[in-house]
Amino acid sequence: MTDTKYTRKDFVSDQEVKWCAGCGDYSILAAVTNALPEIGVDKKDIVFVSGIGCSSRFPYYVDTYGVHSLHGRANPIATGIKVSHPNLSVWITTGDGDSMAIGGNHFIHLLRRNIDVNLIMFNNQIYGLTKGQYSPTTPLGQKTKTSPHGTIEHPFKPAELVMGAEGTFYARTVDTNPKMMKEIFIEAAKHNGASVVEVLQNCVIFNNNTHHNITDKEVRDDNQIYLHHGEKMIFGKDSNKGIVLEGLKLKVVTVGENGVTEADILTHDAKDKDGTLHYLLSRMSLPDFPVAMGVIRSVDAAVYNESLEAQIAEVKNLSKIKNVSDLVNSGETFTL
Amino acid sequence: MTSNKMNVVEVEKIVVKFAGDSGDGMQLSGTQFSDTSAIGGNDLLTFPDFPSEIRAPQGTLSGVSGYKVHIGEIDIYTSGGAADILVAMNPAALKFNMHDLKSGATIILDSDIFEPKNLLKAGYESNPLEDESLSNYTVIAAPITTMTRTILKETGLDTKTIDKSRNQFASGILFFLLNRNLDEGIKFLQQKFAKKPELVKSNVNVIKGGWNYAYNLQLIHTTYRVNPNLNKKGKFRNITGNIATAWGLMAAAEKANLPLFLGSYPITPATDILQELAKHKELGVKTFQAEDEIAGVISAIGASYAGSLGVTSTSGPGLSLKSEALGLAVMTELPLVVVDVQRGGPSTGLPTKTEQSDLMQALYGRNGEAPMIILAASSSSDCFDFAYEAAKLSLEHMTPVILLTDSYLANGSELWSIPDISKLPAIKPPLVKENVEGGYQPYLRNPKNLVRNWAIPGQAGNQHRVGGLEKNDVSGSVSHDPLNHAKMVELRAQKVEKVADYISKQTLNGPKSGKLLVVGWGSTKGAIFTAWNQLKNEGKIISSTNFNYIMPLPSNTEEILSGYDEVLVCELNNGQFVNYLRAKFPKIHFTQYNKNEAQPFMVSELVEKFNETLEAL
Repeated sequence: MTDTKYTRKDFVSDQEVKWCAGCGDYSILAAVTNALPEIGVDKKDIVFVSGIGCSSRFPYYVDTYGVHSLHGRANPIATGIKVSHPNLSVWITTGDGDSMAIGGNHFIHLLRRNIDVNLIMFNNQIYGLTKGQYSPTTPLGQKTKTSPHGTIEHPFKPAELVMGAEGTFYARTVDTNPKMMKEIFIEAAKHNGASVVEVLQNCVIFNNNTHHNITDKEVRDDNQIYLHHGEKMIFGKDSNKGIVLEGLKLKVVTVGENGVTEADILTHDAKDKDGTLHYLLSRMSLPDFPVAMGVIRSVDAAVYNESLEAQIAEVKNLSKIKNVSDLVNSGETFTL
Repeated sequence: MTSNKMNVVEVEKIVVKFAGDSGDGMQLSGTQFSDTSAIGGNDLLTFPDFPSEIRAPQGTLSGVSGYKVHIGEIDIYTSGGAADILVAMNPAALKFNMHDLKSGATIILDSDIFEPKNLLKAGYESNPLEDESLSNYTVIAAPITTMTRTILKETGLDTKTIDKSRNQFASGILFFLLNRNLDEGIKFLQQKFAKKPELVKSNVNVIKGGWNYAYNLQLIHTTYRVNPNLNKKGKFRNITGNIATAWGLMAAAEKANLPLFLGSYPITPATDILQELAKHKELGVKTFQAEDEIAGVISAIGASYAGSLGVTSTSGPGLSLKSEALGLAVMTELPLVVVDVQRGGPSTGLPTKTEQSDLMQALYGRNGEAPMIILAASSSSDCFDFAYEAAKLSLEHMTPVILLTDSYLANGSELWSIPDISKLPAIKPPLVKENVEGGYQPYLRNPKNLVRNWAIPGQAGNQHRVGGLEKNDVSGSVSHDPLNHAKMVELRAQKVEKVADYISKQTLNGPKSGKLLVVGWGSTKGAIFTAWNQLKNEGKIISSTNFNYIMPLPSNTEEILSGYDEVLVCELNNGQFVNYLRAKFPKIHFTQYNKNEAQPFMVSELVEKFNETLEAL
């Protein structure tokens, strides 16, 4: 915690930013550097960690501590940093290739352990840095350099992996909404445990407009729903559409039609430990549903790094062995 | 308690092999025998030899688990050659070990088990107790199962539990045969089963029963005694290589005043290091059992970046998986200790057996020019010293270090003279203070040893980024400049080469020049030294040397190797070290002696090879 008052500028590094003009990463960088002054952490205690890919150049551009590691390996680096030095605020920037393909194993285990780090996944549904191959989130059938006849692989929804691994925090946002991004990054920082923020991000060169059905001005109000804990799930240009539960399925309804009133609309409970509804919300997709934005899930659970510190304190308290000399002289020894 | 009727022969060393099914308690009998030998003042070395299956079918050759103990009035450097005494709990254990028995050896076996079903399982066509096949040995065929059941019949214990004490009947016979103090054997059982008094009672009764049986048996005409080793003075404990490695790392972290973090994934035969370190939360050790080998090493690099001593432990297949991460540690110039407990390879290979075949992988198994320090421990107890040294060099020179041990050292044990921890050498990593004047530059180096300075998160004003991309000299910004890359490749290589100024000089046994120098590295030290010593005592002129520092080599290596007509390099692989030396010293005449059986060298085979070589020169 810090009393220092920071501004965005305090977090801008002296490195030249080398993303393509028009890349969605710029707005994510701006939102992060806008959010960091508000998380109450001294900048000496912040570490940004990444793997490989366009998103993974991120640590060079923030004036904090940082490690640009290997493809897919940001999560274990972050784990090592946080577990060994739990007072640090650790952030991971990664992409859909980095964390859904080569780093997929580390992704689920980070969440399973619930290590207190913040992971921002830039999902542009393409390999950008290697110039345009399909990724694990590329829509089925899309033509790319390695799928000239269309992909034949079913894509992951990152949220499904988070829910499957019983992740404790999942939020989704878009690179076209700086205000929403900033709010969500601050929420992620506040969460004690592993926070995953999926940012639907545009790759202007190799997958331009991949999210335009969600993000374009003309459609965004109808095609996104920004969920807030404790508030009704209402969306639409005229703020008259809502989500209801019918049996085991969600359904879009219009308030005022067919006798639907606002009272019928679901109220978002991000803190419900049972993730069933979070799972359904995170899976909503066009054209039948709006895409859910905001903090979809944020629940309290045991945090790995805290449990470890607690065990160490307990064992230290009980043990007679106070140093290595005590250890090597303990147990069976023989004096000859 | 020794019977006066018996003829007691004093011997200066003896090798006892315990063999049976995995569940027969052979490791327990072996440990009981080695611990009581240590209390009796003998020097000793142990070597467990077991299959990779947890419970292979009972009574079969593939299920035989063994434990070899070599004790001596003289200094002991190997787990011994062929056994003087074999304890065989079933026909398979006997058959499996026949090739490794001295002529005239004593065999203690359970005659109850030598019945047709078990003989068939072991592949015997006739009963060796009835044919002539054991006529060259002294066989003590005791009805161990019957006797044990009789002794414990009133205890109310079930047959399965009773049969688990059979090993103690054999131990009783062995204690008699070797004139050991039975009280020490009993004390061992009291400590071992401290929480189960009923087992103390039953096992003590059985070991006494075994001793009495031997005492009353007219077949034993000669017993043996191994007197205390008077060279051993001070406080000792019996230690395996893996435990010694774990403790060496802990001692180094304490000395450097840094937290110890181990990121590791279970793999035979290295898992004990993870298990041992996981026990020591009282000293603040953090172990992280990762989801795979890669996450193990990467988390250790993360911990090092944040200011810990980051360590990972593994075996050959795991080292392969860690290759890319080792390159990252080279590039970021962070401390990292990698312990590779070598086993038989390639691929899954022979997980529980020993080999020295990861040397080339350790030296060169990475993309790019990625030199790092390579050390090799040479005995179970000096795993402590070299783990300590690996951590010291890694921290003080800001480079990854691979420490090579192997299954033989890791699972074997020997007496360890407990060091005074306060007297271990200081460890001083090049940490900077907060708010470095003029701004922290990650690749600013100490001109003397080319080591970069180290800032850690949490320090005010020293924010910086490291990573796998090539970095500009001094500033550490990303750089694709051709001349900068050339310079950084050179700096990283020189930094490791300069470590030679900070390590011990290579030492030599025997004359500085002559016809033959025999060379080993790592765990073959004991066998090569013992063979060399034997030839020397026979009046032959021969020299020997063992390397612990592989990369860089000690600064006097060429001088040591240059004085001979032939340099014979002996190793448990197909010639990895000899080829490394050939590349470094093309003028020296190297020959090689290799063993690829995933077993340690026997002194006898080395003696034969050395004699052969000397004769041909």
